[in-house]
Amino acid sequence: MTLNEKFVAFKTILIREILRFARIWIQTVLPPVITTALYFVIFGNLIGSQIGDMNGFRYMDYIVPGLIMMAVITNSYANVVSSFYGSKFQHNIEEMLVSPIPNYLIVSGFVAGGVARGMTVGLAVTLTSLFFSDLQIHQLGIAISIVILTSILFALAGLINGVFAKSFDDISIIPTFVLTPLTYLGGIFYSISMLPEFWQKVSLINPILYMVNAFRYGILGVSDISLWSSYLIVVGFIAALFTFSLYLLNKGHDIRT
Amino acid sequence: MTTALSLRNLRKTYANGFTALKGIDLDVQEGDFFALLGPNGAGKSTAIGIVASLVNKSGGNVEVFGHDLDTELTEAKSCLGLVPQEFNFNVFEPVEEIIVNQAGFYGIPRHEAFKRAELYLRQLGLWEKRRSMARNLSGGMKRRLMIARALVHRPRLLILDEPTAGVDIEIRRSMWEFMRRINAEGTTIILTTHYLEEAESLCRNIAIIDQGELIENTSMKRLLNKLHMETFVLDLKQPLARCPNIPDYRLKLLDETTLEADISKECSINQLFDVLTRQGIEVLSMRNKTNRLEQLFLHMVDGTEGSDRVSA
Repeated sequence: MTLNEKFVAFKTILIREILRFARIWIQTVLPPVITTALYFVIFGNLIGSQIGDMNGFRYMDYIVPGLIMMAVITNSYANVVSSFYGSKFQHNIEEMLVSPIPNYLIVSGFVAGGVARGMTVGLAVTLTSLFFSDLQIHQLGIAISIVILTSILFALAGLINGVFAKSFDDISIIPTFVLTPLTYLGGIFYSISMLPEFWQKVSLINPILYMVNAFRYGILGVSDISLWSSYLIVVGFIAALFTFSLYLLNKGHDIRT
Repeated sequence: MTTALSLRNLRKTYANGFTALKGIDLDVQEGDFFALLGPNGAGKSTAIGIVASLVNKSGGNVEVFGHDLDTELTEAKSCLGLVPQEFNFNVFEPVEEIIVNQAGFYGIPRHEAFKRAELYLRQLGLWEKRRSMARNLSGGMKRRLMIARALVHRPRLLILDEPTAGVDIEIRRSMWEFMRRINAEGTTIILTTHYLEEAESLCRNIAIIDQGELIENTSMKRLLNKLHMETFVLDLKQPLARCPNIPDYRLKLLDETTLEADISKECSINQLFDVLTRQGIEVLSMRNKTNRLEQLFLHMVDGTEGSDRVSA
């Protein structure tokens, strides 16, 4: 395939993925917006008004970056895991496997679809937050770069989950029992400086903590974690997960017999 | 003449230890309409899966128009179109989108993909359904959708794995005409089917796989010449009390107005009619009892039914 043909193939997967989640926007885009709006009302407004400032910001303003990031993480992951497993379940993954499209483009196409949904939902949640918070952006470049990198990372994780999944139960186990707890414990609602020293150190093994804090730095200019260690961890995970995804597709794990 | 598909010592053993292919050698020439037959579980779909890169081979070589699957996979895939046995499209996508996306996977730009989608959807009678979700199509329409999808990148070799399964006779005949036309236009076709009448009607060459081995690979004409005897069913005008006895013909009275006759190639049907006429037996109509290829097929893969009628 020529470079142009490869670009067409990549674009085709991306368009297909965007149309897929756009077609069912009531299931894909609307629920996270409603859920996050409830978080703003309950935690930010009602309870947050009793909490007072956190790291020099109103509690409502403090949780906005974390809630945006949570929506991006869960939606990037959910889009790829459900789309890839759905393709396996209906066997339409074979449409790509019989074609000359290289595996790295299949991975990239699915991931780009996950990023598209992550960004769409992230933007919708950001716009929703404007009803509750006077959002000021400290460093736009950092905010955008870290949110895109995080989205890529969790889209890749969703793809790996999709490759291994044998049933629809398997695509909800990781988000329910791993992703959600790690996200909640990743400093969305609190600063780890509030924790005892031991739990602060335990929190540092949670990669989501780094992403939430880097994004919070981009928005508010405060972070519990060094910015560069956040970038290093995110980029490192992306490299590892991309390599593993490619290995699984090249091997044909559960998609070729 | 160019070889469209070449299989050399193709082997496949699945993880559970089952050997589906035990070393197949097969050549299909460019422009051929080739039948690949065999009973269920014989290894046909495994062989097709390997050629289409959906199944990993255990050994051997596959070349599509001279492109080795191990070294020139992209080129080999570009030459190949596959209509699989099972429906394998996203049933929640509109018909036209399925075709356009498939074209995109081959690097065909979207504006060109839409043109081709229209062409093939019209040819296969699906244009009116282009906006319908695939799940709302009938079984026959789904089969035709898969044919349109397989053709959108204009493959030189088209593999059809039971393309007319579950399709009514009218649509099946129209699909035959379509397949004949694209073959006449230069596309090499490999067809697997359980409708042996279909293979006999469409294909020029034939291979039969049984239990992972190639047991026949010849021209359709040569294969059918192996059939030494044909069975006809005669509908009689007047009822008969007992079966007539005519030397050289094996006759059986199925009911009082239906006579079954085994006629060898050395004997003529005219001669049989002469004798029947002399005996005052009038024949109203006549038909073949079974499809000729079916008789041979059963003999080859089973060795029981019809075995007294065939010299292999």
